[in-house]
Amino acid sequence: MGIFESILLTIATAATPLLIAAIGELVVERSGVLNLGVEGMMVMGAVCGFAGASLSGSPWIGLVAGVAAGAVFSQLFAVLTLSIATNQVATGLSLTLLGLGLSGMIGEPFVGEAGSKLPNLFIPGLSELPLVGRLIFGQDPIFYLSVILTVGTAWFLFRTRTGLTLRSIGDNPASAHTLGIPVIRYRYLAVLFGGACAGLAGAHLSLVYTPQWVENMTAGRGWIALALVVFASWRPARVAAGAYLFGGVTIGQIHAQALGFGIPSQFLSALPYLATVVVLVMMSRNKRLMMVNTPASLGRPFVPDR
Amino acid sequence: MRIELEKRARPSQLHSLLSPIIALLLTLVTGAILFAALGQDPVRALYVLFIGPLTEVWSLHELAVKSAPLIMIGVGLSVCYRCNNWNIGAEGQLVAGAITGSIIPVLFNDWHSPLVLPLMLVMGMVGGALYAAIPAFLKAQTNTNEILTSLMLVYVAELFLDWLVRGPWRDPQGFNFPVTKQFQPEGILPELLDSGRANLGIVFAILAALAVWFMMRFTLKGFEIKVLGASERAGRFAGFSRKGMIWFSMMLSGALAGLAGICEVSGVINKLQPEISPGYGFTAIIVAFLGRLNPLGVIVAGLVLGLTYLGGEGAQIELGLSDKVVRVFQGMLLFFVLACDTLAIYRVRLSLAPAAKEA
Repeated sequence: MGIFESILLTIATAATPLLIAAIGELVVERSGVLNLGVEGMMVMGAVCGFAGASLSGSPWIGLVAGVAAGAVFSQLFAVLTLSIATNQVATGLSLTLLGLGLSGMIGEPFVGEAGSKLPNLFIPGLSELPLVGRLIFGQDPIFYLSVILTVGTAWFLFRTRTGLTLRSIGDNPASAHTLGIPVIRYRYLAVLFGGACAGLAGAHLSLVYTPQWVENMTAGRGWIALALVVFASWRPARVAAGAYLFGGVTIGQIHAQALGFGIPSQFLSALPYLATVVVLVMMSRNKRLMMVNTPASLGRPFVPDR
Repeated sequence: MRIELEKRARPSQLHSLLSPIIALLLTLVTGAILFAALGQDPVRALYVLFIGPLTEVWSLHELAVKSAPLIMIGVGLSVCYRCNNWNIGAEGQLVAGAITGSIIPVLFNDWHSPLVLPLMLVMGMVGGALYAAIPAFLKAQTNTNEILTSLMLVYVAELFLDWLVRGPWRDPQGFNFPVTKQFQPEGILPELLDSGRANLGIVFAILAALAVWFMMRFTLKGFEIKVLGASERAGRFAGFSRKGMIWFSMMLSGALAGLAGICEVSGVINKLQPEISPGYGFTAIIVAFLGRLNPLGVIVAGLVLGLTYLGGEGAQIELGLSDKVVRVFQGMLLFFVLACDTLAIYRVRLSLAPAAKEA
């Protein structure tokens, strides 16, 4: 395998957790809910994924544990913001703060333990194809899931009636409610999906990307995923493009650190964060683009009046 | 079972006062259950966490040391959040203030003058304010979400500090440790009493809280903040500038976070090092909400959360509990605060009957 191929392979590995978490959050935001707890749900997925794999001896069980942890944790946010209409920004923040604390406590016995990695899946025949074979058909299982999730979400949101309903709730929950659509139930399910995705993304970090547990190992990826949703103007295909762009920046700066170039490593490490700010500004400057695409009720609590 | 919310005609005064207290009690109860699950005696654990630190003079001093930055930052954030400017990057502004405030004691280490300390404090505030001006500029001029930009800048500030203390600012006589030169006595925030470590920081914190309280209560600026927060449209009709408020609130909170940063470095650590804050900037978010976004409430809330840091150290030593427990407590507390706040706005009903079908 050439160096070029291996770089592309690592870019995919770096992009996958961002893509999955962002796709989950995209669905949540399309329903009009802003969940700033992605980082917290992701780190819970990472720690529970690792713990599950370590205790059971199977990374597959770890994977399930990670997804479940993210999903369960998201419901804490759902109950507060949807059932008792708390401020979504503040509640999301508290989900992140609680997740970072709780994961540190759960993960303490696992610090320094060697983890087990999810095996790559080689699709017989196809993975032997020249050039693209290993790249597309010899990846870790979560990579395939990320592809399915992206395509599936795009199809669901823009090609199904339920997807249309979900988007209408995000734009105008009061009208949807008047039409008899169970707004709160839809939003609960959207938040649940977002939590499961964030948990899966976290499990990818601790079972594939770097198979170990380190406190705060998400290192802001949940926040970058949130930024990606804005960057993608709430469209799944653009989320994928953005995630791979960021994967590229992340891997690029790691290679640049290895090569030296005389640039301090800290400056290179700061690149993904600075890149996030830059792309956010680029997108947000375009007021019309933002106005057309932003779910109109994003972040506003909705209390159905009987 | 369903939960039904009915909006109160006006927010309940009683509940506004009670809700933080109920939230604290709920946190304690949940905490007791958590400790029991961890195999600890819950009463003893809660005693070590929340009462123990209050029983000795030296630890009261420590409480002041830990609460000062939380109050300073929390006061600034309370103004921001009042007018819907979600600055969550106070941790980065704290680091920025610590760096700019340390320029004099690090680069002009031999300058002995009574001017050193005041200059450090001012430069710290300027540094924090300027760092917060970045997300303010991006929000006011390019419509960019300040939540994400201010948070991203936290990582950038921390990495920059890491580079400084390992690179250009490292003490040549420091045995290769990533620290700067020790500050001279002129650059160290004086302690208040001989009986402990409490320094001028807590005084600054309380003065800041009082000043902001006065501003919110008695000045036009305070009214402007409240109006723009309650309804941007109403604010526009009154001729208040949304953009101006973005700049004002972000830079005010940045300046206070910067002050917290330089006070921490000057009063507690006495030099720069890669880690200067145990997450004060993030914990202060909880402080602001627990204090109900009221500067006087923030003083009390800052003391409560300072106590959790202190109790966490005690729990580590006396009970062998991980210091992570404290962060779980802090996170839970914010959840309960937000949940209880709802009670002030809505009347909550649990109904066991199936939902009534709409006509």
